Amino acid sequence: MTSLLERAALDRRKLLMDRSRSGRIGTTLPPLDVPEAQLPEPSLLRDDLDLPEVSEGEIVRYFSQISQFNFSIDHNFYPLGSCTMKYNPKLNDEIASIPGFAQIHPLQPVATVQGAVKLVWELQEVLNEITGMAGCSLAPMAGADGELAGLLMARAYHLDRGDDKRKNVLIPDSAHGTNPASAAMAGFNVVTLPSDSNGNTDLDALRDSVSDELAGLMITLPSTLGLFDTNILDVTRIVRDAGGIVYGDGANLNAIVGRVKFGDLGFDVIHSNLHKTFTQPHGGGGPGAGPVIAGPRLVDYLPTPVAGRNEDSGEEIFSLDAPAKTIGRMGAFHGNFGALVRAWSYIFTLGKEGIPQISEDAVINANYILSELKGYYDLPYDRTCMHEVVFAATNLRREHGVRAMDVAKRLIDYGIHPPTMYFPLVVEEALMIEPTETESKETLDYFIEVMKQIAAEAAEDPDMLHEAPHNTPNTRLDEARAARRPDLRWRRQE
Amino acid sequence: MASNEFQSPYVPNTDPDRRAMLDAIGVDSIEELFADIPDGYLNYDLDMPSARNELDLTRYARELAAMNRTPGDYACFLGAGSYRHHIPAVVRQVAGRSEYMTAYTPYQPEVSQGTLQTAFEFQSLICQLTGMDVANLGMYDGSTSLAEAALMASRLTRRHRAAVVESVSPLYREVLDTYVQAPGIEIDTIPASADSIPDETACVIVQQPNFYGYMEDVDRLAKLAHDAGALLIVSVDPVSLGMFRPPGEYGADIVVGEGQALGVPTTFGGPYVGLFACKQDYIRQMPGRIVGRTVDTRGEEAYVLTLQTREQHIRRERATSNICTAVALIALMSTIYLASFGRRGLRHVAELCYHKSHYAAGKIEEIPGYSVPMDGTFFQEFVVECPTSPSEINEKLLDHGIIGGADISAQVSNGMLVCVTEMNSRDEIDNLVTALTEIGELHK
Repeated sequence: MTSLLERAALDRRKLLMDRSRSGRIGTTLPPLDVPEAQLPEPSLLRDDLDLPEVSEGEIVRYFSQISQFNFSIDHNFYPLGSCTMKYNPKLNDEIASIPGFAQIHPLQPVATVQGAVKLVWELQEVLNEITGMAGCSLAPMAGADGELAGLLMARAYHLDRGDDKRKNVLIPDSAHGTNPASAAMAGFNVVTLPSDSNGNTDLDALRDSVSDELAGLMITLPSTLGLFDTNILDVTRIVRDAGGIVYGDGANLNAIVGRVKFGDLGFDVIHSNLHKTFTQPHGGGGPGAGPVIAGPRLVDYLPTPVAGRNEDSGEEIFSLDAPAKTIGRMGAFHGNFGALVRAWSYIFTLGKEGIPQISEDAVINANYILSELKGYYDLPYDRTCMHEVVFAATNLRREHGVRAMDVAKRLIDYGIHPPTMYFPLVVEEALMIEPTETESKETLDYFIEVMKQIAAEAAEDPDMLHEAPHNTPNTRLDEARAARRPDLRWRRQE
Repeated sequence: MASNEFQSPYVPNTDPDRRAMLDAIGVDSIEELFADIPDGYLNYDLDMPSARNELDLTRYARELAAMNRTPGDYACFLGAGSYRHHIPAVVRQVAGRSEYMTAYTPYQPEVSQGTLQTAFEFQSLICQLTGMDVANLGMYDGSTSLAEAALMASRLTRRHRAAVVESVSPLYREVLDTYVQAPGIEIDTIPASADSIPDETACVIVQQPNFYGYMEDVDRLAKLAHDAGALLIVSVDPVSLGMFRPPGEYGADIVVGEGQALGVPTTFGGPYVGLFACKQDYIRQMPGRIVGRTVDTRGEEAYVLTLQTREQHIRRERATSNICTAVALIALMSTIYLASFGRRGLRHVAELCYHKSHYAAGKIEEIPGYSVPMDGTFFQEFVVECPTSPSEINEKLLDHGIIGGADISAQVSNGMLVCVTEMNSRDEIDNLVTALTEIGELHK
């Protein structure tokens, strides 16, 4: 019995090419309904196409079975800090699959896609309004792509003014890795800016870092520490007075959406991750969308295209335009339209009443977790948090040799996806918890109890935590071996 | 206590829940939690419409969708980088499973084996298809794959010029221009027949089949690149690889391409998946996510994100790319598509496109006033020289229920790039020919 079950478990993990049986096929093929043309000369053709041959039912069973090895929002509480893993409304998927959206081609004449461009324009307008900015391009296809666009806009702005000394971009030490990586791709030097003991920007360090070589500052608001920088008005003023551009990473927009506008605070350009705040499903690593939204100084540099509306003729006519000084195209077409439709559906479902409720409940939920777990885990910044709270497992490490990794993996045994761990880098043994507004108090209470229990388990049986998780298809993986001996694809066994 | 009467269906908190949590936190009001926001900057005054119910919003979305002329309702002959192919029902059904759709990037491998194993499948099948050693988990789209490949070639060769064959898609070349402006890589445009390239060229970039649908002499270009110490980057249409020779066979160093043709709806341009494959030696300079096979503490095989020291979350400003969130779910769709068609099916689809497009080209060439001016072997697209501007013709074709080919008059005088796939029935092709004939007669 056991061996049969073991075999079944192994069979579930068999790769497509090992499942292949000559002669099977997973779909029907339409016949040729025109006369055959002469095929090209054989030297241009291949005869080795080696793809799996499997039937449709086998495909469905295989992909369905292994799908269940995933944790996902629909099945699990997923408090992954800075990732805003909130519930993804089903209505959005239904609307995105309407053929008039899903089946249209990107190169259709704009007169034949007026509904799609109108939707794009409406989303641009509402994102401008929510963030307090002047203009928006929905072309960037992820947050990091929006960062690259925004920084290329800053670069073009300085160069346009003949200001070619501005090479430095300031980035706080708590920033997400995409910030420095994007700055480097946009040709800038990265200068790291320290936080002060309250988790705010260190204003003295900032004043010391600005010069006529300052291109700008990239800052996440609230920060990846889950804190609203109480120095923010000074920060934006110092950077602007020095001739720099203020870039806002909108990854944590969920904390302040409908409550504070980036434009009011002195930001020149921001991006918003539609797959975080605006519920595009994360898909196991995309697709997302990262619109870049600009204030008056940078609006002419937005990437192509930007949707426009003209009412001169008495009726609305929508167009896809290149801004006056555009940095160019971020992708072949108009951005991830499928993600844009979902964000549009979400935003207009909630409306002006529902949008501020997002940040309200996200912040209450995070502070509730903060207040209930304080004392059980170290709290490096003991102040009101925004949408997420960063604890540290330093007390467990010190007392029991239990690390953030162990806590994270043990949560899996309780059916909870781990928080973000070991990030931000400025916090040792960080556990960054973002509950989002879509979780109930009952779920939060369960999580809180589990976290307390894990703290107790750390004292009683630390080894059990080192070996967690215990009930998953695989135990902890040998990541060092994966990197040392890269095995990156199926190969036929000789 | 909530700011208003509206109760979001996506928020479970009720006022008593909020009160209980605020009490536990030890504050009187929600406002106290937002006290860090500077005075005078709290702004709830959103100038946007009120909440809309599901019924109402769906109705409005359908109105917007109905303003579009939708391929399917119309015969459509557009390609030029986004291709209509039949997508088996299993692709959407399986990729739409919420276990895949609502999971995050698989940083926690013990609870992400579904995503990770299917990603390994994707990498494997892209290698099988292209004949390359390794593939990553995908870039945003084919154009950003191409731009990132140019940056990678520059890092590998420490050279700062790229030679781009003039028949590469103009849209892709625009994206390349965006990406190279900061690192200062100079772009040289070369004809496919070039017999030399500038010194210090990092890569030769060719599209196969090219933007106009035709096959380039890639063996010659491979030699041209390699003799000069440059890498050969090939941008492919993956469906064409159902029948045509894979780039691994003619010496490509990096292969990129638009994966959308493999099971992904055209969706007005995205989300798609940029294919990215290369030779084994180059993996440590690759951008993007890569999944590897390893073992767990019990010695059982499992999958994990690997070679992460290339990536932004570890290497920060020295990463090979800034890419983070990519297009994992779209890669999954392509994986299911390739599994469904398999060895025989993909060949069949490719041949259908080949035969049908040749049938169409033959018929169009017979119409007075139209010609098919280019010589050589094409796959599923070809250029038609029209008697008048293609945009004008396309406008008239709409009255015949047809969305015509792409207007490429910027590249070819009165040029229309016509794409024919298995989606176009013989009737559709014949109707196109009849309509073009009628429209042509008006311009004699």
